[in-house]
Amino acid sequence: MNWWQRDPNEPAAGADDKKSVPSGVFTQCDGCGEALVDGELQQQHGVCPACGHHHYLAARRRVELLLDPGSFVELGGAIEPLDPLAFEDTKRYQDRLRAARQGSGYSEAVLVGLGRLEGRAVALGVLVFEFIGGSMGSVMGERLARLFEAAAAQGCPAIVCSASGGARMQEGILSLMQMAKTTAVLARMKRRGLPFVSVLCHPTTGGVAASFAMLGDLHLAEPGALIGFAGPRVIEQTIRQTLPEGFQRAEFLLEHGMIDAIVPRRELRATLARLLGLLLDPPVEPAA
Amino acid sequence: MNTAVLDFERDVVELEEKIEALKQLAPVGQDVAAEIVRLEARAAQLLRQTFAELSPWQVVQLSRHPARPYTLDYVELLLTDFVELRGDRLYGDDPAIVGGLGRFEGRPVVLLGHQKGRSTRDNVRRNFGMPRPEGYRKAKRLMELAARFGRPVITFIDTPGAYPGLDAEERGQAEAIARNLELMAQLPVPILSVVIGEGGSGGALALGVADRILMLEHAVYSVISPEGCASILWKDSAAVPRAAEVLRLRAADLLRLEVADEVVAEPLGGAHRAPREMAVTLGAALRRQLGALLALTPAALLEQRYDKYRRIGAWLER
Ligand SMILES: [Zn+2]
Repeated sequence: MNWWQRDPNEPAAGADDKKSVPSGVFTQCDGCGEALVDGELQQQHGVCPACGHHHYLAARRRVELLLDPGSFVELGGAIEPLDPLAFEDTKRYQDRLRAARQGSGYSEAVLVGLGRLEGRAVALGVLVFEFIGGSMGSVMGERLARLFEAAAAQGCPAIVCSASGGARMQEGILSLMQMAKTTAVLARMKRRGLPFVSVLCHPTTGGVAASFAMLGDLHLAEPGALIGFAGPRVIEQTIRQTLPEGFQRAEFLLEHGMIDAIVPRRELRATLARLLGLLLDPPVEPAA
Repeated sequence: MNTAVLDFERDVVELEEKIEALKQLAPVGQDVAAEIVRLEARAAQLLRQTFAELSPWQVVQLSRHPARPYTLDYVELLLTDFVELRGDRLYGDDPAIVGGLGRFEGRPVVLLGHQKGRSTRDNVRRNFGMPRPEGYRKAKRLMELAARFGRPVITFIDTPGAYPGLDAEERGQAEAIARNLELMAQLPVPILSVVIGEGGSGGALALGVADRILMLEHAVYSVISPEGCASILWKDSAAVPRAAEVLRLRAADLLRLEVADEVVAEPLGGAHRAPREMAVTLGAALRRQLGALLALTPAALLEQRYDKYRRIGAWLER
């Protein structure tokens, strides 16, 4: 089972009682295989204390990680998906949506809103990987468009933390067009002199990578995140050879000039705050 | 003429070959002439019938027909003074995308398009029309050139998709595509895109953010190939025709979904049966659309393009 299918950061049963660590509730680290007590991993925001492996961090937990407590105001939460193609494969798209809503506890594959990051107003979007692989359909497109518009209206920077397999194929061509839509609205926001920081989390591929996620003024990535256009399996099938170790990982992208820095999760908030200050704060007169 | 025949074309093609053979018989007697007339009527009827009931999967096959006119064929038929311009000034030149300056009905334009190969050797060189980042960056450079000199941009879309290769990833395929979307959203000159064959996902869209999107009648445009979709959702290659159906990738579907602005009718039997006739029809559509766009100020043009993309999608707000 993949880690993200079971949110490691949602409080486990009995976790409210902080003194009693439920015995026998262990999760194996995807990085080193170490058996970890659930609460331990939560405290570390999904980062393994033994090896530093970054597990998936649920969107609401990431908002908590980055924003000042209680400052987040969601935007576009009432925007819901339709089924414009009446799409049906082995399951109906309608049923997949219902299952995704129930299974993830999110209404769609992105959570967006305004809030404060170390006191600074920011527009923040976080993709929800457990909602149909964080795939971008019309709702993600519209919510991100509202986010970038809100940033432009407020004159604040925008940050989007991505984790996505790409476009939502059940919405056909309309999902592909969300790449153009999000890009067009983002470009307008950027033209107003407002920064966009793209935080690339594991995994960011396909239509999300090939649109707003690669259009940051700054690109920060989490350690070990898989980032690329085509997924590794598709590439292996195309070139008929095994891919080198570390291919398409954050470290590989850093070496190839595609990202500015790899930032461990525990430093993400402070790094964002510092960078936004460096870009936006008025210069301080040197003391005489 | 046809280098390949699709299975649903075979009956018609065989009839036509028979007619050709009869015509070679000289002198033609009364009865043979009558037979030719009869067979010709039958061939035409068969063609109409076949094309009236094409399945989505058959349309996908037509869109990939190896005899279908490609970008450089339309350049030959529609442009004068064409000069191909090559290279991205960063790393290399990608033959899977061609671009250059030329005149469309006397007016200088920048022309860009995916380019598939006709022969196996040519196809290897063109990478079957699957661009690497250099192709997209060349296109970006030429679009910037168009903006600098106020030249409209016409793009022809015809690709299975961006190349999913190791080198393409190393050099930033995702970034290259994203940059084109960003530039095209803001380019202050008219952009017309025509899907002439296969519109394969992000690799197609990277030349396809436009004021007007035209689709040839048997062209397709999809977020994923039917093969890719069948493999992911059904895990069964037998589901490919079904995937082609549910993806709603035909020109008429895109018009209904308000992504395409115009469907350009193809000659009966498809563009490959009468490339010149196709080019004439397409030329007329381009002239009309370009004329309307040239009447707008750059600011109005950009506003209209922005609105087009800002609206796109289907969602519900409670
Ligand atoms: Zn570990």
